[in-house]
Amino acid sequence: MSAFTDLTLTAALEGLAKGDFTSVELTRAHVEAVEAARGLNAFVTETPDQALKMAAESDTRRKAGTVGLMEGVPLAIKDLFCTKGVLTTASSHILDGFKPPYESTVTANLWKAGAVMLGKTNLDEFAMGSSNETSYYGGVVNPWRKPGDNKNLVPGGSSGGSATAVAARLAIAATGTDTGGSIRQPAAFTGTVGLKPTYGRCSRFGIVAFASSLDQAGPMTRTIDDAAVMMRVMAGFDDKDSTSVDIAVPDYRADLAQSVKGLRIGIPKEYRVDGMPAEIDALWQQGMEWLKAAGAEVKDISLPHTQYALPAYYIVAPAEASSNLARYDGVRFGLRVPADELADMYAQTRAAGFGAEVRRRILIGTYVLSAGYYDAYYVKAQKIRTLILNDFTKAFESVDAILTPTTPTAAFGLGDKVDDPVSMYLNDVLTVPVNMAGLPGLSVPAGLSKEGLPLGLQVIGKPFDESTVLRVGKAIEDAAALKQKPEAWWRAA
Amino acid sequence: MSLDKATVAHIAKLARIAVPEQDLPGLATELSGILKWIEQLDSVDTSKVEPLSSVVNATLRFREDNITDGGQRDAVLANAPVSAQGFFVVPKVVE
Repeated sequence: MSAFTDLTLTAALEGLAKGDFTSVELTRAHVEAVEAARGLNAFVTETPDQALKMAAESDTRRKAGTVGLMEGVPLAIKDLFCTKGVLTTASSHILDGFKPPYESTVTANLWKAGAVMLGKTNLDEFAMGSSNETSYYGGVVNPWRKPGDNKNLVPGGSSGGSATAVAARLAIAATGTDTGGSIRQPAAFTGTVGLKPTYGRCSRFGIVAFASSLDQAGPMTRTIDDAAVMMRVMAGFDDKDSTSVDIAVPDYRADLAQSVKGLRIGIPKEYRVDGMPAEIDALWQQGMEWLKAAGAEVKDISLPHTQYALPAYYIVAPAEASSNLARYDGVRFGLRVPADELADMYAQTRAAGFGAEVRRRILIGTYVLSAGYYDAYYVKAQKIRTLILNDFTKAFESVDAILTPTTPTAAFGLGDKVDDPVSMYLNDVLTVPVNMAGLPGLSVPAGLSKEGLPLGLQVIGKPFDESTVLRVGKAIEDAAALKQKPEAWWRAA
Repeated sequence: MSLDKATVAHIAKLARIAVPEQDLPGLATELSGILKWIEQLDSVDTSKVEPLSSVVNATLRFREDNITDGGQRDAVLANAPVSAQGFFVVPKVVE
C-alpha cells in the first residue's frame, strides 16, 4: 500500500492512464493512510464513503474514455472551502454543523477534472494563525520530527492540515488558501510545494472569507510538476467572484519544459531580517548558486518598504476580517447561544463561537475602522500597500523573478509561541509582502536544517506569471534533489 | 496608542462580542501591544501616496440586471439554528 501513497500526482495520473491500477485502489490506500494517521489530527472531517464513490465514478468515466486533467486523484480539501452537503467548519466552533448548500468554484473545478475528495483538513480558525494551534479542533502535528527527538512540532499555518496530509502521504495533493503566507509557510515547514497564485487567478467564491483583498487559493503538492498540473485545474475566470480576472490559464506543466537559462533573478537585501539563522542565509545563498549553475543571472535588488508590510498587514487583514466575520450572528447558520434579547444573543454567540485569536483580530479590526481612526490606520496601511506594490513593480523592470527564504526559521514546537501574538506574526514576515501586492509566490523545499527539518525557498513572480515562478521552482527542486521524507512514526502509535 | 479598559469595552460592544469585565485589562494590554508594534508605520511619509484600492487594476464588471438565481428558500434556511414556517427565528426585537 505504501507504494500507492508514495505516488506523486503526475505518477498517479500516468499509472491510472496505463491501467496499472484503478482510482478505487489508489483511493482506498489513501483512505487507510488517513485512518492510520488520526494522531496527526490533519482532518476535521474524513469522507471515506464519498471518496470511494467518487473513485468508482472516475473509473467508470475512464472506461468510457472521458478523462479529466486530474482524473481519479484523491485530494484533501482545506476546511475553508465550501463543499456541498459536507460539514464545513473553518475550524471554528461558530460554524458548528454548517453543511453548505453549494460548492466552492475551486473545488467544483477539481471535481469536474475528475479528482476525488478524501476529506476536509484542519486549519487555524478562520485561517488566522501560523501554527495551526488556533483551530477549535486542536492543533495539527507536523509529520517531521528532529531525528532522535520525539517532540511534536507544528506544521505551520493556516493550511497546516493540508500540508501535513501531503507530507505524511495521506493525500496526493491538497488545496490551501493563503492570506499572508498560509500556503507557503506550512509548505516550508513540512517539506512540500505550496503555490499562492496571483490575486484574481483562482475564484474566491465559496471559500470562507478572511481578508477579501488578500485571500487566494492554491495547490499544495509534493513536486513542482504536481503543482503545475493542479494549478491549471484550480484557476480560471468565475463570474461569481467580482475580483476574478478573465485571463487565459496556461498549460503550466508544458511551460516547465523551458529552462531558467537567461532568466534574471532578483535578490532583495531587505529580506535578510534581523536574527535570521545562518543556515537560512546559507540556504538562500545555495539557491542563488543553483540558479546560476542552471544559467540564470542573479542580481541584487531593493524592496525598501519590506519591513512595513507586516505591520500594515495587521491593519488590513483584521479590518477586513472584522467586516467579513460580522455575518456570524447565530441567526442563519452555525452556533447560537440563546438569550432573551437579540443583541445579547449576538454578543454571547460570538463570544462563545470565536476563539481567542479570532476575537483579538476582530477587536483590532473594529478599532482601526472605528470613527476617528480610519484614516490613521486603514488608509495609512493602504498607502503603505501602494509603496510595497511600487517597490515590486520597479524591481520587475529589471528581473523576471525574485528569490528569498520562505520563513525565518524551521518548524517550532507545539506551544512554543502561543503566548506572544507578535512573535507568532513574525513567522509571516517574508511571505506577507507578496499578498499585499497580490503577486504569485511559491515555496519549494530546498534543504534540511542542521537539525534535520525541512526548509523552503520562496520564488516571487510578476502578476499572472505563475509559469516563470514554477520554472524557477523546478530548477531549485532539481538541484536540491531531496530524497528525504518523514518517517511514519504515527502509524506505530 | 494605548487602549484602556473603557475603550476595549466599547470596541467589544461595536463588534458584538461579549467580554467579561475581568478579561478587559488583559485584553487591553494585549491589543495595546499589537497597536504599539503597528505604530512603526508612522515613520513612513505617505503624504504624497494614494491608498491602494485594488491589486489587479480591474474595474468591476457590469452585467445585465437579470435574475440569475432564486427560489432557494429551503436551502437558505437549511442551516438555521432555529426556523419556522419559512422564516429565521430570533428573540423578539419589538416591545
